[in-house]
Amino acid sequence: MNKPEVKLVDENGVRLDGRKLDELRPIKMDVGVLDKADGSAYIEHGKNRIIAAVYGPREAHPKHIALADRAVIKCRYHMAPFSVEERKSPAPSRRELELSKVIRESLETSIMSEVYPRTSIDIFIEILQSDGGSRCAGITAASLALADAGVPLKEIVAACAVCKIDGKIALDASDIEDKQGDADLPIAFMPKSGVITLLQMDGSLTEEEFNQALDMGIAACKKINEIQVEALKRKYISVKEQAEERHEPQEAKA
Amino acid sequence: MSTTPQQPPIGKIEQKGIVDLLTKGRRIDERKLTDYRDLKIETGLVQKANGSAMVNLGKTKVMTGIKIELGKPFPDTPNQGVLAVNAELVPFASPSFEPGPPSEGAIELARVVDRGIRESKAIGLEALCVEPKKQVVIVFVDVYVLDHDGNLIDAAAISSLAALLTSKMNRYEMDGEEVRTSDELVPLPVQNEPVAVTTAKIDGHMILDPCLEEELVMSSRLTVTTGRDGSICAMQKGGLGTFTDQEIRQAVKTAIEKGKEIRETIRGAAAGR
Repeated sequence: MNKPEVKLVDENGVRLDGRKLDELRPIKMDVGVLDKADGSAYIEHGKNRIIAAVYGPREAHPKHIALADRAVIKCRYHMAPFSVEERKSPAPSRRELELSKVIRESLETSIMSEVYPRTSIDIFIEILQSDGGSRCAGITAASLALADAGVPLKEIVAACAVCKIDGKIALDASDIEDKQGDADLPIAFMPKSGVITLLQMDGSLTEEEFNQALDMGIAACKKINEIQVEALKRKYISVKEQAEERHEPQEAKA
Repeated sequence: MSTTPQQPPIGKIEQKGIVDLLTKGRRIDERKLTDYRDLKIETGLVQKANGSAMVNLGKTKVMTGIKIELGKPFPDTPNQGVLAVNAELVPFASPSFEPGPPSEGAIELARVVDRGIRESKAIGLEALCVEPKKQVVIVFVDVYVLDHDGNLIDAAAISSLAALLTSKMNRYEMDGEEVRTSDELVPLPVQNEPVAVTTAKIDGHMILDPCLEEELVMSSRLTVTTGRDGSICAMQKGGLGTFTDQEIRQAVKTAIEKGKEIRETIRGAAAGR
């Protein structure tokens, strides 16, 4: 902490970027952004720029990882070297390895993997620009990519982080709030079944603060889920329109 | 790339046995749902380390050694010492462990222990600065898993804390441009005592300190690390299952209570009681 710390919340409860304590950053999602992948999604969440893509179900490689009664899920969370202030080595860090594991576990819960035994479903998350909460935005995008790939899902997973800044519980930390904040609590949630599929925490929270943060995070995940559903619908509508356009002239000839 | 692991097979009968017992509020080793296994802590076993602790949690055996050296600080924290936690799943500790680069399980274990120590500010890193930007004290916490019978996170956190509490280091001082190392040994500045408590969920039942058989049938686990004042400093959910928010709140409450008990045991062991 060689830089002087700035005040993150003013006396009116307004944050540096003008948000209220329980306000999300602007979020934009697009489904089906890549040509080759079986499913893909792009998300802008604050300054996060993330592409998630899914391949599979496909043959498991190497073969011995295959499971007789279900598909194996593979997951890679990776940050581009240019995604952060100082260039990050492209080799996977311990942080990325840990996040790949917890993200896989959080998405695996939602996948009906027993439908495709002996196959592999591969999830790739590339952070092109990192802001606070990139693992959560990555999960949000990856779940859309899974849906776009046609992988049977019990539900779509939405994720969001809650933080504590200047002693107050606040939603969806930006980069500076993440770095200077007193606590960070990433949550992934399945809104219909009402269950949490990822939960991590670091910093310092009392039991009451934690309970408040959990409520705030769950409410935010529900909002993010609505945006996910909208993005998926847009994709299907555009596919339908394209199909109709291609179809009409032929009908005219007949 | 993280891949769904191959679970070692556990007999369907054994699985049913564990669940049936839990429905009656009992466990395979006669413990209550919120009981820990016998906890034995021995410190100072390795004289060449600055601090060490061997922890037996039931049949789980974890040793932690602390090594303290001088080195360069990170550029973004020039006035602070460095904490580095590493975990080694020793190949003889389980038939499923293999030699080689650290597995994601080992990395997760080390990082969860690291978060507990770091976020609770257990080590006074500011006090470990010898010369800003140039020389600071580096504390290496090396967790050695020797026998894996479940709940490695709690056992690793307990042995790390016991080892830190009993660590002694040389006194380092600047003498002009040179660092002078005095032979006088001082205790490592420990300011907080983080304790990790892991709750496992099996078929809707929440239990503490799962043994290996229970871990093989659990759907998910939640580790909650608390500090001296009962505040939460780190959490980690693991496994393929889920938790409801009520279950999480309950696990947090239990972890705060249980943490106090375990902290007393660790203090006792560190004080040689």
